[in-house]
Amino acid sequence: MADFDVPELKEYPVIPILQEDVMAHSKPYVAKEEFQQQLSFPGELVENWEQVAVKELGDLTKKYRSLKVFLDSCVKCGACTDKCHYFLGSADPKNMPVARQDLLRKVYRRYYTFAGKYFPKLVGAVDMTKDVLDEWYSYFHQCSQCRRCSVFCPYGIDTAEISMAAREIMDKVGVGQKYCNEIIGKVFKIGNNLGLPEAALADTLEGIEEDIEDETGVAVKLPLDVKGADILLVTPSADFFAEPHVDGLIGYAKVFHEAGANWTISSYASEAANFGMFIGSYENMREVALRVRKAALDLGVKRIIFGECGHAWRVAYSFLNTLAGPFDFLDPNYPVPQHILEYTHDLLEKGKLNIDKSLNDDKVLTFHDSCNIARGSRMGDKPGGQFTIPRDVIKAVCNNFYDMQQDTIHDSTFCCGGGGGLLTDDLMEIRVKGAEPRMSAVKNVVEEHGVTHMAAICAICKTQFSKVFPYYGFTMDQVISVHQLVGDALMLSGQKSDDEEVEDEAA
Amino acid sequence: MSAISIVYTILYYAATAILILGVANKVIIYAKTPAPLKIPTTPAPVTRMGVIVRMAKEVALFYSLFRANKWIWLFGWIFHFALLLVLLRHLRYVTDPVWWWVNLIQPFGKYAGFAMVIGLAGLWARRIFVERIRYITNPSDHLMLALLVGIGLSGLAIKFVSHTDVLQVKSFFIGLMTFDLQVLPGDPVLLIHLALVAVLMIVFPFSKLLHAPGIFFSPTRNQVDNPREKRHLAPWAAKLERD
Repeated sequence: MADFDVPELKEYPVIPILQEDVMAHSKPYVAKEEFQQQLSFPGELVENWEQVAVKELGDLTKKYRSLKVFLDSCVKCGACTDKCHYFLGSADPKNMPVARQDLLRKVYRRYYTFAGKYFPKLVGAVDMTKDVLDEWYSYFHQCSQCRRCSVFCPYGIDTAEISMAAREIMDKVGVGQKYCNEIIGKVFKIGNNLGLPEAALADTLEGIEEDIEDETGVAVKLPLDVKGADILLVTPSADFFAEPHVDGLIGYAKVFHEAGANWTISSYASEAANFGMFIGSYENMREVALRVRKAALDLGVKRIIFGECGHAWRVAYSFLNTLAGPFDFLDPNYPVPQHILEYTHDLLEKGKLNIDKSLNDDKVLTFHDSCNIARGSRMGDKPGGQFTIPRDVIKAVCNNFYDMQQDTIHDSTFCCGGGGGLLTDDLMEIRVKGAEPRMSAVKNVVEEHGVTHMAAICAICKTQFSKVFPYYGFTMDQVISVHQLVGDALMLSGQKSDDEEVEDEAA
Repeated sequence: MSAISIVYTILYYAATAILILGVANKVIIYAKTPAPLKIPTTPAPVTRMGVIVRMAKEVALFYSLFRANKWIWLFGWIFHFALLLVLLRHLRYVTDPVWWWVNLIQPFGKYAGFAMVIGLAGLWARRIFVERIRYITNPSDHLMLALLVGIGLSGLAIKFVSHTDVLQVKSFFIGLMTFDLQVLPGDPVLLIHLALVAVLMIVFPFSKLLHAPGIFFSPTRNQVDNPREKRHLAPWAAKLERD
């Protein structure tokens, strides 16, 4: 089914023997002029692009302390070399975090350091050339900005910051990535990544309401653009129609229904994702974030809750207050924003949800920590809440749960392989290869504990795993939303149990 | 004064100036460059005190490196800790009277020189024999190791093989500090040792040795995890809001 070799799954992590440039051919489609211009980037490679790129690099080191310190501080100790899932799955040494950083660092050294200006060979400094740019385009689109390397670096050097800077520079010289930039344009124009207009969104939500009622007999609502609602739900637009995402959305709706919450979705801010982060563009990320602020103001809500999504939660938790704050117009009794899992967890703790765990007894669960949630955000008020809260929720609604190996969960979690703006068909090979470390861990827990399903809390993870599971001998329906588990075990007030339904039918 | 004494006098004044001004310049640049977003690698401390503890674990124990790779941690930590002892021991050559605690660590500091060289040798071996690390190595990385090993070995040679007139060396350095210039003994091993140290001081602000001040400015390690509670806005980002 693939025109490349799918890696073999392993019982324990094996560091591959280097295969230089095996992934050099991997390149996503370049953004067309119209998509570039929507984001205020030049439509094609600008004339004096070498100077523009070098100048932009210098400017970025003055705007971001992270970039400046990270470019200067690396000692090439090698601690990160076996930490990237794309390296482990592809064996291409340029996918080792330090080697990826060096693609940018060698240019920084050439133009901005004494050693690189006068002794370039000594410190591996090189001129900005087309070959370098091509290499950037290839390998900075083989980084999902998952931050696993930064956990293990003695100086906390985060390759995500370097990748973001490189992508920003490439955008500024006119070589943007089609997938990310086209999507950001859709958010600006329509309000979500999918380009789902208000009318279609309303239809979709109505259809979901009908499905829930058919199944449960209870009229659970998914309100859209309701002014004066208490809670604004901002969720990844994949939740509106993709599988298994939509079952998660049904789960949120059931929880809100049971809590008696007055909530709404906004058609203007019908997207939690913020691809502005992936391309390292503060300005574009801010534009997308401001839509959430505007929607909250226009609808007059008191709280903002984000649905299940990884990088979206990082942007929401870590950046939203900075990009689009202050949120002093919201109810100060709640964090801004809140995660749907924080909300559900709180209700479960207070015993406000009527749960029948046995309804999930057909499944044995494991949980995939999404990279951006694990290493770039938090849930609850204690460090590490991003690990305990999702697990607490799963265990509260399921009887069978097993974690994967320690070095593949929590802040050592492996990225799904599709994050960071790589969730596009033109990058299928690196996506499949990058999923290998996670797939190996899944296989082990399947064999050891009979795990049948892997729960996830990120739209990208869910899409990516649905796509790559079959490459590794699993099926796409083994990927499941945490809130689907909640929704399936949640007994709605007035809902008839299965036995009662049977009696009804008999009558 | 001999020509050699004059050369070393100038060399050490220059090296000291370059080291202090160079590192100060970098530290000022790091401090002044804004960190526009909250990017601590989580789980991260939620208080300033917590950040101090996290940083102390990184600086004193190389905690992240320990999690990453036990061999690099072992050799790296041995080298750095031994270097610290050796440096502290060397305070006896620039203080009079010698501080009591410098006398206390003298016996350990003497042998720390061996540990330092062993740690460096381990790191160098990995750089040569581990394929992944060989791949990311530039010539400057070998030269830096050579320089440090050279300093270590020449220092050990002075201590254990070819003694020099340390009292006169001490007079020379105290003389430098008090601008009362003195003669430096002309023993070749001593001159090699001091020349290499001066080279290290000079390359410090222009090389990867900047990791030493750099770690304290690393936003992934020094930021408090409180973005929901506290708005964090860089000056250039605030300007976007006004436009």
